[in-house]
Amino acid sequence: MGMLALAFLGLLAVIAFFAPMIANDEPIACRIEYTRADGATTNKLYFPGVKETLRQLPWIGPALFSAAPPFSRMDFKFKKHFKPGRDWAIMPPVPFSPLETSGDRIQGYSGRHWLGTDELGRDVLSRLVYGTQVSMRVGFISMGIAALIGLCLGAIAGYFGGWVDMIISRVIEIFMCFPVFFLILAVLAWFPPRIENIMIIIGLTRWVGIARLTRGEVLRLRELEYTAAARALGAGPFRIVFRHLLPNALAPALVSITFGIAGAILVESGLSWLGFGVQAPNPSWGNILRDGYGLMATSPHMIPPACVAIFLAVLCFNLVGDTLRDVIDPRTRGRGA
Amino acid sequence: MLNYIIRRLLIGLVTLLGITFVTFLTIESAPGDIVELMLWERPDATEQDRERLREALGLNDPMAVRYVKWVGKLVTLDFGESIKTGEPVTTMIRRHIWPTASVGIISLALAFLLSIPIGLYSAVHRGGIFDRIMSTNLYMLYSVPSYVIGMVLILYLGVELDWFPIQGMHSDNYEELSLGGKFADQAHHYVLITICFTVGSLAYYSRFVRQNLLEVIQQDFIRTARAKGLSESRVIIHHAFRNTLIPFVSLMGLTLPFILSGSVILEHMFNWPGIGWLYMESVMSRDVNAIMGLNFMTAALVLICTLLADLAYGLVDPRISHD
Repeated sequence: MGMLALAFLGLLAVIAFFAPMIANDEPIACRIEYTRADGATTNKLYFPGVKETLRQLPWIGPALFSAAPPFSRMDFKFKKHFKPGRDWAIMPPVPFSPLETSGDRIQGYSGRHWLGTDELGRDVLSRLVYGTQVSMRVGFISMGIAALIGLCLGAIAGYFGGWVDMIISRVIEIFMCFPVFFLILAVLAWFPPRIENIMIIIGLTRWVGIARLTRGEVLRLRELEYTAAARALGAGPFRIVFRHLLPNALAPALVSITFGIAGAILVESGLSWLGFGVQAPNPSWGNILRDGYGLMATSPHMIPPACVAIFLAVLCFNLVGDTLRDVIDPRTRGRGA
Repeated sequence: MLNYIIRRLLIGLVTLLGITFVTFLTIESAPGDIVELMLWERPDATEQDRERLREALGLNDPMAVRYVKWVGKLVTLDFGESIKTGEPVTTMIRRHIWPTASVGIISLALAFLLSIPIGLYSAVHRGGIFDRIMSTNLYMLYSVPSYVIGMVLILYLGVELDWFPIQGMHSDNYEELSLGGKFADQAHHYVLITICFTVGSLAYYSRFVRQNLLEVIQQDFIRTARAKGLSESRVIIHHAFRNTLIPFVSLMGLTLPFILSGSVILEHMFNWPGIGWLYMESVMSRDVNAIMGLNFMTAALVLICTLLADLAYGLVDPRISHD
């Protein structure tokens, strides 16, 4: 089951990254004739979907791949300028962008809109695909922040002990007492609810479990002989902690991080559902659920897709986490869930 | 034991102080002027109003002074007045605590009562049909967030079948009902939200009981108990299960923060006037005093529960010595 879940998560990651080639109102590849304002006509091959995908690469993406005209022009709408017969295009499987409104408002599942449309006529499947992107980003980045804090603090507390350990342990204990969601909401009340802020806040509140596990593990490892050997060889505390102890203490933290990603996805959807997460009109699973909740009495078609998406993502992260734990902890090996 | 309790309480006090500090910091960390943020829906506010509000909030003092003042008031459980309604925060909390507490207690009791037999039976008949079906289902239920369960329940049982009310604690004609009618009406409103609160912890507890029992069953004293000819049910219930109770007790203490966290979304969804609902209202109206009061109160509550769970640990298991 663990491998299956991992495969599904891989699929989600692929969907998230290739979203512009899966759901877009611009084609993956096309040849289109375009007359510029000065009368010159061009007839060239374009790959707007591919370019949009590559543009998402961090740092190098926007620098290397900018949309070429006419696709970079605000007034250019591919669907309007496209003339069948004269031009050709390979459209993505879902030929709608998540923000593209249309006259087909609140429609159920159909051949044109597989998962229906919302009250502005936007395609729900397209929004779901881009919601995957949001969820994956929030899950991984926020837990990346949490892991960074948790691993460092945990390792420092475990290795140095004494008053350093006491202070860090108290801080951990304090954070354990707060219902995380309360804390996140309290902070978000004052900050603009942008996705970056949400990731940072989730990261800053979710490191506690990781730190606790790492501390315990480092506490155990530092008594082992190889640590003494490293010390005898003249390694400094920094080198011992980060080169010798942390890599070996990573396993339990990894389990916690995996569960944490599921938790972060839950928190993000929950926040979006409350209206404190990703802001309209941008899509997120929580937003789709929120829109669907408002229309529930008359047209409930938006709720099941978003629910299934959240459920499957969380289930898979949990399954992978459990499998990891079983692999790491030989006591439970072969016993099943 | 007494030593341990005292030490634990002292550490708890330090933690409590830390809680006040974190609560204070979350509000302090707000970018810009809190007064501007609070008044941003009221463009008609004059400079005088701003100054009055600033004075009322004590914002003219330096941060350290404000912190000490706030903690000083906390000692007498005075969280100040709600900025929105002028009502003391303590009164607000008192008014809203029952809806959350009642749902929490009912669902915790339900989860407790259901999870033990499920976990026991699954562990004893490990690999059987019941165990496999239950394990799979519980695992899936455990992965469904409570608000997704809430959505599905509202959609199918509330809207499509119209079996249960989905908003609030009682119907519009509540006041006109007889005593029995009032009770039935309230019970009717409790059903869906209680299910939402229960499902997650039920799944978690059942898995926990099963897992722990499987671990205990492998130990030597169980083999000894069997060898001396005790009946299987006695071995399981008196010898094995009692030993799984220990971590179970502390687990119950640790689930409180999750229940409270979940209450924000669920109570908002069901329009249930509990603590989570109050918190959401306070956050939306940027009611600093209420947010701080609620944050402090919930964290303190969790601290007390963890403390109690720790102490209960020692009472349930005499092997654990605290000295």
